[in-house]
Amino acid sequence: MSTGNMNLTLKVWRQKNNNTKGALVDYKLSGISPDMSFLEMFDVLNEDLINKGEEPVVFDHDCREGICGMCSMFINGRPHGPKDLVTTCQLHMRSFKDGDTIVVEPWRAAAFPVVKDLTVDRSAFDRVIAAGGFISVNTGNAQDANNLPIPKMHADAAFEAAACIGCGACVATCKNASAMLFVSAKISQLALLPQGQPERYRRVQSMVAQMDAEGFGNCTNTGACEAECPKGISLENIARMNRDFASAKFISEETI
Amino acid sequence: MSGFGNALSSSIGRKYVMGITGIFLILFLIVHAGINSLIFLDDSGLKFNIGAHFMATNWIIRAGEYILFLGLLVHIYQAVNLTIQNRKARPEGYAAYNGNANSKWYSRSMGLLGTLLLIFLVIHLKDFWVVSRFTGIPTVDANGNEDLYAVMREKFQDPVRVIAYVLLMISLCYHLLHGFASAFQTMGWNHSKYNGIIKRVSVWYAIIISVVFALMPIAVYTHLIN
Repeated sequence: MSTGNMNLTLKVWRQKNNNTKGALVDYKLSGISPDMSFLEMFDVLNEDLINKGEEPVVFDHDCREGICGMCSMFINGRPHGPKDLVTTCQLHMRSFKDGDTIVVEPWRAAAFPVVKDLTVDRSAFDRVIAAGGFISVNTGNAQDANNLPIPKMHADAAFEAAACIGCGACVATCKNASAMLFVSAKISQLALLPQGQPERYRRVQSMVAQMDAEGFGNCTNTGACEAECPKGISLENIARMNRDFASAKFISEETI
Repeated sequence: MSGFGNALSSSIGRKYVMGITGIFLILFLIVHAGINSLIFLDDSGLKFNIGAHFMATNWIIRAGEYILFLGLLVHIYQAVNLTIQNRKARPEGYAAYNGNANSKWYSRSMGLLGTLLLIFLVIHLKDFWVVSRFTGIPTVDANGNEDLYAVMREKFQDPVRVIAYVLLMISLCYHLLHGFASAFQTMGWNHSKYNGIIKRVSVWYAIIISVVFALMPIAVYTHLIN
């Protein structure tokens, strides 16, 4: 299937499971098309490995359209590779040069244990969401939209926060493996809208407590998460979360 | 206090402690740099010694000194605490990590810069604070005030000390460059109408404070002031 002319050296992290030590393994690839996505290049590698009777490289992927948040490779020192605002599946080989050596590692964080090779367990994010990233409402007929006036600015900011796909690039790139950008986006998308208000101060306390319990690091405001986020989630969300957290702890009488 | 729950031991609570003590230390540096700038009046240190005498004897200042040391210790304690947690959060590092692609080196090196400042602080306190508070300043000036300025002139005859002070003021500059704006973000003061001014003030503050401090040993050593 490959019809291109790029020759590459890959250094790929191979690790059997979380109990064994991993190591970078070198692979030579030739005839790679610049129009392939990064994951398609890995498909070529895996076909080669299977044909040779070796174990293929395990990596996460699903939609390959940049919207599901499954792909998760740390490429040449950056999550999702060298391009801004794209996921690994939307990264194309034309972003690399013929003859390049590409280092591919899994997300590295205590809260994201390696399952195998490049796949990590991101269920810590699910537990943070389960701690409060929802609104408890009794469902019924949708009411008239005009019953809930929402300023355009808030609607836009909530939408931008809701664009987070939970891929974990923020944790992966943060020098402290902090999850604050993710958690703050999930708090903000609800805190900015009227439906999120009844549980606003309980939510921020529960979700931050769960984030800490999962063993993520602390924010030092380097801004790396915002720069690497494939969805451009803003640091404003972290400031909003910190404000809400202080309000919840020192002003609100509601505790968790 | 149980109602506050784990407010201060949580990740965000600890960051608030860093931010608040940081802002407090930032305010202290303004006072320190302001009073020390009196040496640039070039009056043989008479006004500077008046300032130093006031700082050493006024009871509000003396009480404030305890709060300052407390603030400093809390800032250091919490920084060490957070750093240990952050290390634990990534037990196995990356083979390739391109930090410069997404953040400033000094924002990632606050611990290193802070450690350099702590070493500086030990030298600096031994040079001046211990002398003025405990071992005693040997001479008095024309006004009869203890001549701290003479101590300063004597210390800054040593070129190694002058170079060390100036180099460490560079690390102060970078520490403040990140710390000042970072404290506002931590405390939730991220606001489109104020972000620009916070950024600008933080750059000017970091540069002015560190340049003013660095000029003191240079000016004394090169006899720009007598």
